Amino acid sequence: MSQPPTDQPLVEFRQVSYSVSGLSEPIISRLDLSIERGETLVLLGESGCGKTTTLRLVNRLLLPTEGVVLVEGKATSAWDAISLRRRTGYVIQEAGLFPHFTVERNVALVPSLEGWNQERINERVRELLRLVGLNPETFAGRYPRELSGGQRQRIGVARALAAEPPLLLLDEPFGALDPLTRAELQKEFAALARRLSKTVIFVTHDVREALLVATRIGLMHKGRLLLLETPANFVNSEEQHARAYMETIRFDERKLFAQTRESER
Amino acid sequence: MTAFEFLKSNWREILSLSWDHLLLVIGATAIAIAIGIPVGILLSRRKSLRAPVLAVANVMQTVPSLALFGLLIPLPFIGGIGARTAIIALVLYALLPIIRNTVTGILGVDRNVREAALAMGMTDGQVLWQVELPLAASVILTGVRVAVVISVGVATIAAAVGAGGLGMFIFRGLRQNNDINLILAGAVPAALMAIAADFALGLLEKRFDANSSRLSQPKRRLLIGLAAASLLLLLAFGGYKALHARRAADVVVGSKDFTESVILSEILSQMLEAKGLRVERRFELGGTLSHQALVAGEIDCYPEYTGTAYTAILRHQAITDPAVVYEQVKREYAEKFGVEVGPPLGYSNDFAILVRGEVARRLKLKTISDAAPYTREWRAGFGQDFMSRADGYAGFASAYGLAFNERPREMDLSLTYRALASEQVDLIAGNSTDGLIAALDLFQLEDDRHFFPPYQAVILARTVAVTRWPALADTIARLNNALTTEEMRRLNYEVDGRKRDIKQVAREWIEKIVTSSK
Repeated sequence: MSQPPTDQPLVEFRQVSYSVSGLSEPIISRLDLSIERGETLVLLGESGCGKTTTLRLVNRLLLPTEGVVLVEGKATSAWDAISLRRRTGYVIQEAGLFPHFTVERNVALVPSLEGWNQERINERVRELLRLVGLNPETFAGRYPRELSGGQRQRIGVARALAAEPPLLLLDEPFGALDPLTRAELQKEFAALARRLSKTVIFVTHDVREALLVATRIGLMHKGRLLLLETPANFVNSEEQHARAYMETIRFDERKLFAQTRESER
Repeated sequence: MTAFEFLKSNWREILSLSWDHLLLVIGATAIAIAIGIPVGILLSRRKSLRAPVLAVANVMQTVPSLALFGLLIPLPFIGGIGARTAIIALVLYALLPIIRNTVTGILGVDRNVREAALAMGMTDGQVLWQVELPLAASVILTGVRVAVVISVGVATIAAAVGAGGLGMFIFRGLRQNNDINLILAGAVPAALMAIAADFALGLLEKRFDANSSRLSQPKRRLLIGLAAASLLLLLAFGGYKALHARRAADVVVGSKDFTESVILSEILSQMLEAKGLRVERRFELGGTLSHQALVAGEIDCYPEYTGTAYTAILRHQAITDPAVVYEQVKREYAEKFGVEVGPPLGYSNDFAILVRGEVARRLKLKTISDAAPYTREWRAGFGQDFMSRADGYAGFASAYGLAFNERPREMDLSLTYRALASEQVDLIAGNSTDGLIAALDLFQLEDDRHFFPPYQAVILARTVAVTRWPALADTIARLNNALTTEEMRRLNYEVDGRKRDIKQVAREWIEKIVTSSK
């Protein structure tokens, strides 16, 4: 891809609305949002607030009914859907791995679709498996049903990263995991995203997760963006929904979050 | 005849009919797959089409198979008699499970998996071929498996439209007084075929189940390839055989679906073969199929009865003068159908009003009029055909002023003879040439008021065939007045009563007339 000027946001929503016939309220209304290169933007909100829809508007699984979504300065409606999606990693809850493909073929999916040669694919698959903490010798030949939930989700991340997409979209990727595995993966992912300097849009309803991985948190409610803040500011926000979220976290823990994130700056 | 003896003398035919049966099933299934899977894929993508198309396929399957065959016969291009019609009917039955399972299989693919596939930038075609079809494969195969098992069963009925297969044995067995050996010779191989297909496809289905198999992708491809290749090979071989057989025959001889007609056709065939003609036998065609096949040129000749031609085919009101009926039929057949009516074979197969021989002797009965006064105390049993036709029960009873003790019992024609002999009924309407008349000591009352139209036996042949093959014309002429009613009864009894081989019975009769004419 040609490198556009770096000050241009990677993804930009301009007055975007999305509604479906039969529903009186739009799912998203008049959303303005810019996602800068290298940041991890978390969209936080309860089910039905429109956060998943926002994500699906980015890789053209949906097209806005009003307004425009720009990726690399180009409207998604002007992008070829296939090439847009191939340069956008996507991770969903339950991973959505192909049950009839081995781990190796699952991870190699986009590179094969892109026509990489086999040697390069093999090398890349091995590299990615190591990156997500799985031994290639042990796991490459396994089928998804032979993996634990956490391992499957790691493969999901590896698959999304395979063709070096500049942008990663994650839709509650760790939502179905047990608390211990979830915490482990959240930490590893946050480190990984920073290390690879990917631009990430991460959807969750878990405020702890948001505070842990985000560089900015966008709080959504009924299709609107209520608040867009750094985790440090989010913790102290007076906005009532943000406060409601923070009240689900114990006081000492809250301070800890604030301190940790401050120290990273 | 013991089952073992039966097998020993019939194994060749069992094998060849099983093979025909298999080809029908494989041909129909292959076509149904070729249509059903693409339709299923389309329906998985067009929600609006799903309900109506599935409803049509559903209705198709609820049509009783015999009725479906009947509906197909008169249709141009896809109808007629033979394997083509049978395969079309089988395809119609096999479509529903294949379409339904294709739709179910594709829609059953995990939402997350489909979503991930799209989000990874797979095209619709890639999603279909690499994700949906492989994951739906085992469900689709279940549909194919159901379709095959249904087809094996329905294909037994294909014999009624002259498509051959194991149904030939079953129909023959039912006609020949429920001959158990014959019925089993059709039913057992068909059942084995269904079980084998069910088992084999069940194994294949397991191999394709993405959640249980560890079959690698290349092996899976190899398996699909092998299955497709063997299917094609079988089809090609069957097609070649069918074409080859068709070309090899000079004359195609048909017959109706009862013993007497088959005996006559076998006699005719053997006589033609003796003159050096190559003969194809398309016997046991049900209903008026043999007539339709003759007119369509699918067969060249078959034995018919003047009364049937006059009433059932030409649709005239029944009359009783045999000579008038014969002349009229001869003229109209030549004009309308281009068919020559051969000279009478010498006997007629009329409706025969039968009583027990002992009763006739005791009451000194000769004619139906003699018996009329006794009918008040008698019970009657008639076949469905006799009860329903105009020249059957209603007309007959009023012509002779009969009044029975109770409404006549309607039963299968072949059962009425036994019912009469075992005194469950006292009067029946049988066929005058039935071998059981002599065997069960039954007595035929004379139709003294000439109510029943005459059913003289004749050979019908297409004019083109007669002109082309002088041997055919000679043979038909040679059969003029060659058979008496008693002789025909005896031949029928040889086959139905003594369970002898039709070919053998026909051969003996031919030898006899050849020696007697020397």
